[in-house]
Amino acid sequence: MRRWLALLLALCCAALAVPAAAQSPADAAYGRLASDSYGDIEAGIAALATTGDPRAGAVLRALADGRLLYRADDRALAIRDGAALADARTGAALASADGFKPVRVNNRVRRAIDAATGTLNLVAPDPATRRAAAEAVFKARDAAALPALDAAIARETDAGLRRTLQEARAAALLARPGTPEIDRLGAVDALRERGDGDAMALLRGLAADPAQSVRDAAARAIAGIETRLAIVANVQNAWYGISLGSVLLLAAIGLAITFGVMGIINMAHGEMVMLGAYTTFLVQEGFRRSAPDLFDWSLPIAIPLAFLAAGAVGVLIERLVIRHLYGRPLETLLATWGISLILQQAVRSVFGPTNREVGAPSYMSGAFDLFGLSITWGRLWIVVFAMAVFVGLNLILKATSFGLKTRAVTQNRRMAAAMGIRTPWVDAMTFGLGSGIAGIAGVALSQIDNVSPNLGQGYIIDSFLVVVFGGVGNLWGTLVAALSLGVANKFLEPYAGAVLGKILLLVFIILFIQKRPRGLFALKGRAVES
Amino acid sequence: MTGSRLVDGKGAVFLAVLAAAAVLVPVLNLTMPEGSPLHVPTYLVSLLGKYLAYALLAVSLDLVWGYCGILSLGHGAFFALGGYAMGMYLMRQIGPRGVYGNPVLPDFMVFLNYKELPWYWHGFDIFPFAAVMVLVLPGLLSFVFGWLAFRSRVTGVYLSIITQAMTFALMLAFFRNDMGLGGNNGLTDFKDVLGFSVQAQGTRVALFVLTALALALGYLVARAMTVSAFGKVLVAIRDAESRTRFLGYRTEHFKVVAFTVSAAMAGVAGALYVPQVGIINPSEFAPANSIEAVIWVAVGGRGTLVGAALGAVLVNYAKTMLTGVLPDAWLFALGALFVLVTLFLPRGIVGTLIERLGSRRAKARLPGPAPDALAPELAEEGRGS
Repeated sequence: MRRWLALLLALCCAALAVPAAAQSPADAAYGRLASDSYGDIEAGIAALATTGDPRAGAVLRALADGRLLYRADDRALAIRDGAALADARTGAALASADGFKPVRVNNRVRRAIDAATGTLNLVAPDPATRRAAAEAVFKARDAAALPALDAAIARETDAGLRRTLQEARAAALLARPGTPEIDRLGAVDALRERGDGDAMALLRGLAADPAQSVRDAAARAIAGIETRLAIVANVQNAWYGISLGSVLLLAAIGLAITFGVMGIINMAHGEMVMLGAYTTFLVQEGFRRSAPDLFDWSLPIAIPLAFLAAGAVGVLIERLVIRHLYGRPLETLLATWGISLILQQAVRSVFGPTNREVGAPSYMSGAFDLFGLSITWGRLWIVVFAMAVFVGLNLILKATSFGLKTRAVTQNRRMAAAMGIRTPWVDAMTFGLGSGIAGIAGVALSQIDNVSPNLGQGYIIDSFLVVVFGGVGNLWGTLVAALSLGVANKFLEPYAGAVLGKILLLVFIILFIQKRPRGLFALKGRAVES
Repeated sequence: MTGSRLVDGKGAVFLAVLAAAAVLVPVLNLTMPEGSPLHVPTYLVSLLGKYLAYALLAVSLDLVWGYCGILSLGHGAFFALGGYAMGMYLMRQIGPRGVYGNPVLPDFMVFLNYKELPWYWHGFDIFPFAAVMVLVLPGLLSFVFGWLAFRSRVTGVYLSIITQAMTFALMLAFFRNDMGLGGNNGLTDFKDVLGFSVQAQGTRVALFVLTALALALGYLVARAMTVSAFGKVLVAIRDAESRTRFLGYRTEHFKVVAFTVSAAMAGVAGALYVPQVGIINPSEFAPANSIEAVIWVAVGGRGTLVGAALGAVLVNYAKTMLTGVLPDAWLFALGALFVLVTLFLPRGIVGTLIERLGSRRAKARLPGPAPDALAPELAEEGRGS
């Protein structure tokens, strides 16, 4: 890169130092541009593109905009910028506009400018521009770009970029009639290396190639690419599955506490998720009103607030209703269902029945490419977030004194009380923890789902199935269940369709529960019978 | 136990009220002039008929939940299956009077480019076949489901969750147009039932009377089952399943029979519901509907049968009133009702009334404060450890 810049600098200096004496290719090209004939102008544009002259881009842009002027007598070129005039070759300011008139442009010239801009970008200083230009040539299969490509390949120092350029060259070679057989074979090789859908389309076009060897090579290359694409598609599916699985995990993990650990059939769990989502909405509203510049901070701030809001509601529910129902799990179902209806209607009364707008911060939008996989940042962050929540919750339960007390109370309430643990306090805090985690999940789900009063309803059945499938009282079971259901769902979808795939999974879970009535990872010992 | 008569005190009151309604409502509807204050409008007859269909569903649910400890969150599915069987019969009765005038295919099939009737639609033009299907479809599903689940000893919460998964899966399936059952529009635009127009006043009154009869019959069947020796085993299973098993009873057989009878009863309720409301669509499978049915039973008093029917009528009456007057308040009221009933009326209205009346006989007959599949086993575990 540095060497290249040095070369460029040297070229510039050379161009400045000896403008007229030894006519450089760039100079010759500029000379042809300063003309009245469309043919000359077109030829000049093509010539200019291959020179890699640093001012070529600006000159071509000016030409396209009709701002390029020429003087017929000394073939001088100038760029008009508002009222100012600059020499096109050097960029130096010009005092007078005497004798200058605009270089004429017609459609053929415009096309030539577009092509030239493409080839010019092949040698642009910015690697991203070079890559985009190479891809554009590849897609266009422009045989005319071959000289420019050869020049660019010779100068290119970045190995990855050189490969892209060679792929573009291969595409151009195959598009050009009369390419020798050996070059066509080389092109097939380059395309096989590339190995994507575009390459395959090009290779398919070789089925009618006159040479047997080229046809065979193309067929082999197509088979190779198909295998590769199938693998990529499977990996992509697996990724979608993991992404869906982490959404399920987020939705279910709070329930793994309230239902799995405490044994409360918490039908209001989905509404805790909804409260978390609405907390996000409120926080974002606050940011939009008072500090729109700091909008990216809205999610990190919404997370603890959602935890507190949903957790507080959870503690309230536990103190008011659920504590009267311990030991009657099926009745907690009725009471919490009632609570969920009240919460839904309350949110509907306050915020209205329609979806509320929750925006995505900058780091949640966009996508990047990884070995041919397209991965969106939002999904990636949700996967990371789900795992972080899972690890955090495990730490709380396994490594803190509060977690120890929680486990003690759920395993043997009376013994725990006899050891001096305030069981009612632990109950309330544990339920609050489960609800708070659900609220945190709501922050993440607000990014991928509609924030409406019905948000929670969509997740409640899935959450229960995940917890039951994984085995009640086992966080690892919930993790495995969520991820495997997510991946299975995404792999079923192409064959069965979204709805039928979901039905098949539900039937599978129903049958699985017959086989293992306590889920994937059942607790062992006497607690099993409860 | 002295409560083993087929018709006890509360049962007699219930059947008497039902009989009075079955006589009075038609009489007041058919003989009183329009403007008279005693006139019962036809829409009200259908509305009451709908309540009674719900009451039958509640009785069927009480049979398994109140007496056998099986909290089914999927009874709405059996109700809807019965409804669909009836709806298929009613669709075939439309004949060439549909919008597209096809003598065989219902409108939605013409619309979806069906060339011929799917195989499972055959026979539904014959009423006796459809009537048998009303019992067989939910009965078969519940038998297979129950046989699998009870044999594997899936109990308590797990059973509730998978029954919910079942109705959810069915809802998704019936929403698909490929099912050939009308997709999300369901089956509607019915014209005739047994040659009588479903819109006609006489038909509506007859349907109401039939529903009342079905409810009485359903009550008597459930009552006969629960007061028999069979019913005693059901109660034993509810209160301590492992102990009953150790005493030599094949508890899963008892549970499957109760579950299947209950599902067939729910199917009948659905079949009577459909012609009175004029539509059946997949939202009847919604898990929320099944949970609501559980609430009716809880409000009325589980393990009383009469209470279940009463709860269904009361809650639905309140729903009709409140959604008309204060639509926003309905969910608040329903939610509060669930919470308050579970907290303060664990035995429901009828259970509490019987307790208050102070009859020792009644007290002995009623289950303990927590007639719940899990609680006794929790207690057993507590003793053991």
